[in-house]
Amino acid sequence: MLFRYLLILIFLIPLNSFALIEVDITRGNLTPLPIAVSPLSLDEESKQNLKKILQKEDLGSEISIVVENNLKKSGLFNPLNKDSFLQKPDIAHLKPRFEDWALIKAQALITGKVTISDEKLRVEFRLWDVLAAKEMMALAFTTVPTNWRRVGHIITDKIYERLTGEKGYFDTRIIYVAEEGPKIKRIKKLAIMDQDGFNTKYLTLGNELVLTPRFNPTNQMVTYLSYFRNLPRVYLLDIETGIQEVVGDFPGMTFAPRFSPDGKKIIMSFAQDGNSDIYTMDLENRIVERITNHPSIDTSPSYSPDGKYICFNSDRSGYQQIYIMKSDGSKVKRISFGRGLYGTPVWSPRGDLIAFTKLHKGKFYIGVMRTNGKGERLLTENFYQEAPSWSPNGRVLIFYRETKTDEKGEGFSAKLWSIDLTGYNERLVDTETDASDPSWSSLLSN
Amino acid sequence: MNVNKIFKNAFLVAFTCLALSACAKKVSTSGQLQGDVYTGTDTVEYLAKGVPDRVFFATNESVLTTKSRETLRKQAAWLRKNSKINIVVEGHADERGTREYNLALGERRANAAKDYLMTYGISADRISVISYGKERPVDSGSNPLSWSKNRRSVTVKAN
Repeated sequence: MLFRYLLILIFLIPLNSFALIEVDITRGNLTPLPIAVSPLSLDEESKQNLKKILQKEDLGSEISIVVENNLKKSGLFNPLNKDSFLQKPDIAHLKPRFEDWALIKAQALITGKVTISDEKLRVEFRLWDVLAAKEMMALAFTTVPTNWRRVGHIITDKIYERLTGEKGYFDTRIIYVAEEGPKIKRIKKLAIMDQDGFNTKYLTLGNELVLTPRFNPTNQMVTYLSYFRNLPRVYLLDIETGIQEVVGDFPGMTFAPRFSPDGKKIIMSFAQDGNSDIYTMDLENRIVERITNHPSIDTSPSYSPDGKYICFNSDRSGYQQIYIMKSDGSKVKRISFGRGLYGTPVWSPRGDLIAFTKLHKGKFYIGVMRTNGKGERLLTENFYQEAPSWSPNGRVLIFYRETKTDEKGEGFSAKLWSIDLTGYNERLVDTETDASDPSWSSLLSN
Repeated sequence: MNVNKIFKNAFLVAFTCLALSACAKKVSTSGQLQGDVYTGTDTVEYLAKGVPDRVFFATNESVLTTKSRETLRKQAAWLRKNSKINIVVEGHADERGTREYNLALGERRANAAKDYLMTYGISADRISVISYGKERPVDSGSNPLSWSKNRRSVTVKAN
């Protein structure tokens, strides 16, 4: 599938290391940077070729829209209306007339050029600092034409990284559970899509209930819970081949699976005789290890990025709370002490925070705390929402939210949402159907 | 400070009013809820005459109530008479909990029912359990009464 197509990266010009524009992403950004994303220029011959291959009238414009939407949704940038642009795309790409762009209050400008030869799509772009009248970065990519949206995402990642100093999260995908039908007879399928909601593919048919899909570190495998043959077990799915296999074939329910950071193990819960404990399975030799052994419910395990620790959910204190332990199961320590119930802990890819769902006085919150339990911050409150998953740069959380049904049991819907770690920039994530249990991939290209 | 106090009092009055109206509302469903355990018969089906198929639980609990134990004793008596019938006990939770925890909770509830049936002479070989967590509600409403109907374990015939 898409992962197979290698993107070839050519550096045209070394980066300037002048102190130019910078965007601070550590605070809620109340004044997003005004940025002009010029349509990428496209010569007549390439235009005709692309029309034949992709049935697209103006791919240069479409790629710029991908970039523009990504930048807008990040909450850090304010892409300016293209109607106000004075310079033609091809001329702007060669040498912008900075006065024209300053006039419409753009502080940064993106220009580019699309060509096609031998069925290969070549996209180059430049990032300009308008006020300093300087080029900040210039790159080109060559790939197969069908990859054009990914090129837009990679360009966004490069711009984001250049302007914020941190890796982006745009060339990524979301795996989730697509839902349809009435609440008491919900049909659920595994689905995968680009981070911006495009290129949705359904990976299961909906014949059996599926829940909680999660990517492996290379984004080629997914582990999830399936009720195939009415036996709830942890499965492994190869996205490229479509091959599914059971990995948690224990004498009872296995659930709440996640990969270890090296991708070699799956950690999960195993429920037997009314008690759930945490186990790992080595995917190579299938050796199973028991990690917790306690008569309470132990579930929702998630490794620290270095693999040395595990955070998990347990009700050993009487109610659902968050605990951490060493990856061998020793040194168990409770870290959540606020009011209410805590669930679904997920360790940040940066290692410093744990995201969670909190239930208190009939409301659900998505929040974060440091790994010692200090510094709890609640980012969003609602009637029902849960299951945060981190963007690969640890700056954004995606989760799902359900609306309340009315007296007749109608009006129910489930949607994906994202919110910045700052607590700002809450956004609905587009999905074709109702959706739940999102899991964010790592960057597909680096 | 004084203003604060006045606000506090106004708040208390408002709160009391709210609490009273909440109580008034609860009366309409009284007889169906004891604590927050469902005691009605709306969704109940029968394995045989006089043998209800399900028992209900309090929020976050897997403890069997007196009424649940009575229902399960009836099921055990019926199962002893019909020794060729095997059963599946399905454990369920309401929507007010995180998905993975609720899967574990459903399993715990189903096993609470299974254990009780076993103490009344039903062999473990005849009982399998499955948890659906909050995935298969029987009532789609989002209110305390609907949730109480959904916190249940249901005994179904396996053959």
